[in-house]
Amino acid sequence: MSEQNVLLECVNLKKYFNTPRGVLHAVDDVSFRLEAGKTLGVVGESGCGKSTLGRTILRLLPATEGQIIFNGEDITHLPDKEMLRLRKEMQIVFQDPFSSLDPKMTVSQIIEEPLKIHKLYQDKSARLERVSELMETVGLDDRYVNTYPHELDGGRRQRIGIARAIALNPKFIVCDEPVSALDVSIQAQILNLMMDLKDEFGLTYIFITHDLSVVKHISDNILVLYLGKMVEMTSSDRLFENPLHPYTKALLSAIPIPDISYKGKEAQVMKGEVTSPIDPPEGCRFAARCPLATDKCRSQTPSFVEVEKDHFVACHHAAEQ
Amino acid sequence: MGEKLLEIKDYSVRFTTDKVISRAVNHVDLSLEKGEVLGLVGETGAGKTTTALSVMGLLPKYAVETEGEIFFHGEKLTGMKEKQYRNIRGKHISMIFQDPMTSLNPVFRVGDQIADVIKIHNPKMGQHEVNEKVDEILTMVGIAPERKLEYPHQFSGGMKQRVMIAIAIACNPELLIADEPTTALDVTIQAQVIKMMRNLQKELGSSVILITHDLGIVANFCDKVAIMYAGEIVESGTLEDIFDKSRSHHPYTEGLFASLPNITEKTDRLVPIKGLTPHPSELPEGCKFHPRCPKCTEICTKGENPRRCRKGSHMVQCHLFEEGKGYE
Repeated sequence: MSEQNVLLECVNLKKYFNTPRGVLHAVDDVSFRLEAGKTLGVVGESGCGKSTLGRTILRLLPATEGQIIFNGEDITHLPDKEMLRLRKEMQIVFQDPFSSLDPKMTVSQIIEEPLKIHKLYQDKSARLERVSELMETVGLDDRYVNTYPHELDGGRRQRIGIARAIALNPKFIVCDEPVSALDVSIQAQILNLMMDLKDEFGLTYIFITHDLSVVKHISDNILVLYLGKMVEMTSSDRLFENPLHPYTKALLSAIPIPDISYKGKEAQVMKGEVTSPIDPPEGCRFAARCPLATDKCRSQTPSFVEVEKDHFVACHHAAEQ
Repeated sequence: MGEKLLEIKDYSVRFTTDKVISRAVNHVDLSLEKGEVLGLVGETGAGKTTTALSVMGLLPKYAVETEGEIFFHGEKLTGMKEKQYRNIRGKHISMIFQDPMTSLNPVFRVGDQIADVIKIHNPKMGQHEVNEKVDEILTMVGIAPERKLEYPHQFSGGMKQRVMIAIAIACNPELLIADEPTTALDVTIQAQVIKMMRNLQKELGSSVILITHDLGIVANFCDKVAIMYAGEIVESGTLEDIFDKSRSHHPYTEGLFASLPNITEKTDRLVPIKGLTPHPSELPEGCKFHPRCPKCTEICTKGENPRRCRKGSHMVQCHLFEEGKGYE
């Protein structure tokens, strides 16, 4: 990976929350590099820290430790005023198109807001022209300009969220489960739209999702998180061909495949549930559910190592396989 | 041919509000034999849950008009007196609701919520026996019986869903309706719950109607499939009828499959169904799917619904099919 192309880099990024019961390790020691124009899929189950990671990278949450380097600039402790300049470059599309749009604003006001904040256009008519241009880009009909979000269905609402995110011509967008609230036929429309926008504007995405078939479809590289820890990271194809971490394997085998030739093939059903992220003990966080767990796994935290080219795994048993 | 357990005949539901008439379910015909698992597939607003609530007799009493009949064991459920219905609901037919987080009562212990069902349907059973039964059911769904003294908030999502299932199977129902039982769960937990439901279904020999939008779960769990669109069943048949890609299908079914990102093969671009599901108050004329259908012809846009064409167990409601044949 050439240095110049790296748009975003996270170095040992940590985000802890203080709770009455102890310190919650939401994101624990996450490091990766994301090249411009690529998509990194972040996968994991509820509570694994994927949304927190996205928000910490955008500085919507302050990082506890570590560095966030965006476009060669360390933004981890940048003052808010200077962050405003960077907000133009980095945007987010939220999961729930029902709660992430202000119900008291019309479609055009919602899409116009970032343009106003960044004072990009001097007069209102130029701004509104840009709004209708954006609406066309995301496939929203002009007649919805003055409607309110509640009048629209989930797919159209998500299009508003996307229009708002691309309004400032950002370089980088965190997509936080943008399609999980949508029906499959609408989900496919939105996924296609996001891929088209990426090609058209040269966007770089972090695509957060729990849906592995979606992430495979849209990502170049995939990062699997478990309880805030990086578990495995490699190219999308390799992850599905040759998953090395037992958790990744279990995740993949748990996906129901819409094909009856797979019927009867018992999925490898993983026992137990996600353990608590509050004050986690030393050792591999997956050990309690892992079929391969040994004493070493319970006492020593495995490091995240490159087992083959561009394929990173945090497992004591990865080499044996 | 096994014994017919449930028969829905030409059943429709209309909701009337402020002069708007929503046609939520339209002329549905369904039948289910003993021990069968039927997958009822469709997107939001397709009428899946309304159909399920009709079988449970749980539709609201106001602003609703129904037509057609539902039979259970040959007994007519539609129009049955509420008092009589209560003997069936929960005992012979029970339902697992979609959202385990909101379907349990937060102020009662989990064990008591299960015991409630048992006591209502077995009024003569002693407390000791009820307790034993609760322990037995909890073990069946994979929860340690000691946890019956806990409250719902002490359970995780997957465990709450197991409690919901425990309540539903407490009286060994002959028919279990599961409304999106795993939608709120993570994949690994979903796999656990589905596996458990399959084992329970075999053990108890119940029939199941599984309502879902996930074709992957259907392929793993069901014997029969019915695809719903705009309140109608547009295609139905055995699992093989629906999932066999070499056969012709309803254009909506094809659209559903093409919209799914494929995990086993590399696809560059998804082929979504254009447009949106119509609102049940503004259903189009002719075939309800025609405004979104890539194969729409003039005949589809007008008049009545297309005829239902059957070939063996496979039914497709589409003008492009003829009796016994695939596409013309």
